[in-house]
Amino acid sequence: MLRLEKRPNPSKTWAYMAPVLAVFATMIGGGIMFAALGKDPFEAIRTIFYDPLFSEFAWYYRPQLLVKGAPLIMIAIGLSMGFRAGIWNIGAEGQYIIGAICGAGVALAVYPAQSAFIFPAMIFFGALGGFFWAMIPAVLKTKFGTNEILVSLMLVYVAEQLLASMSLGLLKNPEGFGFPGSRNLQQYASAHNAELWTGTGIHMGVMFAFISVIFAYVLLARHQMGFHIRLTGESPKAAKFAGVNPKRLVVYCLGFSGALAGLAGMFEVSGPSGQISIDFNVGYGFTAIIVAFLGRLHPIGILLAGLLMALTYIGGEIAQSSLGLPSAAIQAFQGMLLFFLLALDMLTNFKLKLASAGSPP
Amino acid sequence: MNIKTILASAALAMTAATGALAEKTKVGFVYVGPVGDGGWTYEHDQGRKAVVEAFGDKVETMYVESVPEGPDSERVMTNMALKGADLIFTTSFGYMDPTINVAAKFPNVKFEHATGYKQADNVSVYSARFYEGRAVQGHIAGQMTKSNIIGYIGSFPIPEVIRGINSAYIHAKAVNPDVQFKIVWAYTWFDPTKEADAAKVLIEQGADVVLQHTDSTAPQAAAQAAGNVITFGQASDMAAYGPMPRVSSIIDDWAPYYIARTKAVMDGTWTSTSTWDGIGAGMVGIGEISSAVPADIKASAVALRDSLADGSYHAFTGPLNKQDGSTWLAAGETASDYGDGGLAGMNFYLEGIEGDVPN
Repeated sequence: MLRLEKRPNPSKTWAYMAPVLAVFATMIGGGIMFAALGKDPFEAIRTIFYDPLFSEFAWYYRPQLLVKGAPLIMIAIGLSMGFRAGIWNIGAEGQYIIGAICGAGVALAVYPAQSAFIFPAMIFFGALGGFFWAMIPAVLKTKFGTNEILVSLMLVYVAEQLLASMSLGLLKNPEGFGFPGSRNLQQYASAHNAELWTGTGIHMGVMFAFISVIFAYVLLARHQMGFHIRLTGESPKAAKFAGVNPKRLVVYCLGFSGALAGLAGMFEVSGPSGQISIDFNVGYGFTAIIVAFLGRLHPIGILLAGLLMALTYIGGEIAQSSLGLPSAAIQAFQGMLLFFLLALDMLTNFKLKLASAGSPP
Repeated sequence: MNIKTILASAALAMTAATGALAEKTKVGFVYVGPVGDGGWTYEHDQGRKAVVEAFGDKVETMYVESVPEGPDSERVMTNMALKGADLIFTTSFGYMDPTINVAAKFPNVKFEHATGYKQADNVSVYSARFYEGRAVQGHIAGQMTKSNIIGYIGSFPIPEVIRGINSAYIHAKAVNPDVQFKIVWAYTWFDPTKEADAAKVLIEQGADVVLQHTDSTAPQAAAQAAGNVITFGQASDMAAYGPMPRVSSIIDDWAPYYIARTKAVMDGTWTSTSTWDGIGAGMVGIGEISSAVPADIKASAVALRDSLADGSYHAFTGPLNKQDGSTWLAAGETASDYGDGGLAGMNFYLEGIEGDVPN
């Protein structure tokens, strides 16, 4: 019989191996599922993982991976700070929406003026919007001891209602024949988060995603704040003795993740999406939670995890259109990835032991 | 060389390549829901299958389902165009700007956008006059209700949905002056959980008829569980729920249009058009009126359907006032499609409907 034995210290090797093995296990599990659906499993796996990177049209897909991954990475970086310290911001989706509304709102308020200051102002207000939305659970937690998980999650639904109201009212395109949705910022030069290199689709948000990765890395490795975050996560008692102010940490972590989520929303609305619409948000704020854990809450890990997640999305779409795979199969495939990761994660903290017949269980 | 020429030449090369191989016309479909939703997307996929059936080896179709309306849809369309699609149907309102963007990059690919209003040289728009079906629905609902409360599950407060509410309301009111509408907004096209909740709320508030502008069969199931509540199939016949609670349905039939447009691409006669067809052209169908409806009501509903089909009656014929009491249509006047107060941009309730259009 096999049994689990707790390791004295978490295994470094397994911490790094688990994500890699999880990807392989997903390929095998997914392959079996695709075969059961009557598709060639090798072709399906190749289409999902290989085609976006190396096929004939990879020149289009490669930069698209960055475009799709950027908001995931940016939000996940922010979330990982709090998660490390045991502060659970589950409402990044709402902060993402508010960031987009604030950023786009600034531009639409001054439409059709053209100025070089508009886009920087949008960046500022996008971040500020996300920051303030995250301050609601932060202040409620520090002042009244409410649970930030519930408050931040509930505020997602409030943000969605606000988004619907904005698309139908205040920010509605006056030239849109009564249809919901704002003006398209792609047609408003000063506010357009345009692609930086023609044909790639790569926009300023992708750059900010990379910057946020570097920033988080330096913060955690070199700055006192980063030390406090790590310390609080690893040993709350020691953190208290080291003089960490837990309330301030809550405000910092929620504020930081809120601002990054807001920025992600603002870059999305001014670039790839172009407009505020009722269903502008597509769940990046929630998927980013998976990305943060898949990346071990480590900045470099999150970068890789974000790109992997983007790969399964884009590869999944290609598999749908060229192999006729149902979208539910692709979602199940993505679910397997998380499942295997969590299962294999067990081995970071536990050892598998063959129990000999005589020993007690 | 810019992206436009790269993409265009890639597409051209692909079209040439496929053309040389088998002369197959490639048709792509972008769906907002799953093909098994039993409603909106299901009917579009039926249209796709009809295209396959009509042209056999001469066409190859591809589709991607549950595509979010936004940048993701742009990538899906680009992917199809790169794979050599000659014609791409984008089947939801939210694909409007993405369709225009991708169409600009692939001038040789034809696009067809459902329910939108932005056209281009290679982008046509098409929609159905669902409100004609709503008129028949309101006519039956107004006579069938005993509580005089009709529940309505709205998706998004866009003109298409508001037109449907208005049309159903005035035709219910015409046969039952005491009728009252309760409207719940689900803010989704397809979400069985939310739709079921909305239906339950309406039934609890006394509605014994539930109309829906969302795509799943969840409201039908909720009505069935409640008993003595009637519903209508939406987008698809939803016949599995007949004869009760589903007493009739509005069916979207895209097959003739999809076949005609594919044929036009094959023949090289495709041009950018704006199509808005109703019961007469067969784009909107009224599903079998079930045995739960008394014969006299059924007969008058059929007569109404036929008068809409042959054009002798317009679903919006004056005198009709807006909710605030101001005149919208004078006696005998019929609504125009476009322009001020036109049907295309209808964003107001008619007199008698309670509540506000969400704003």
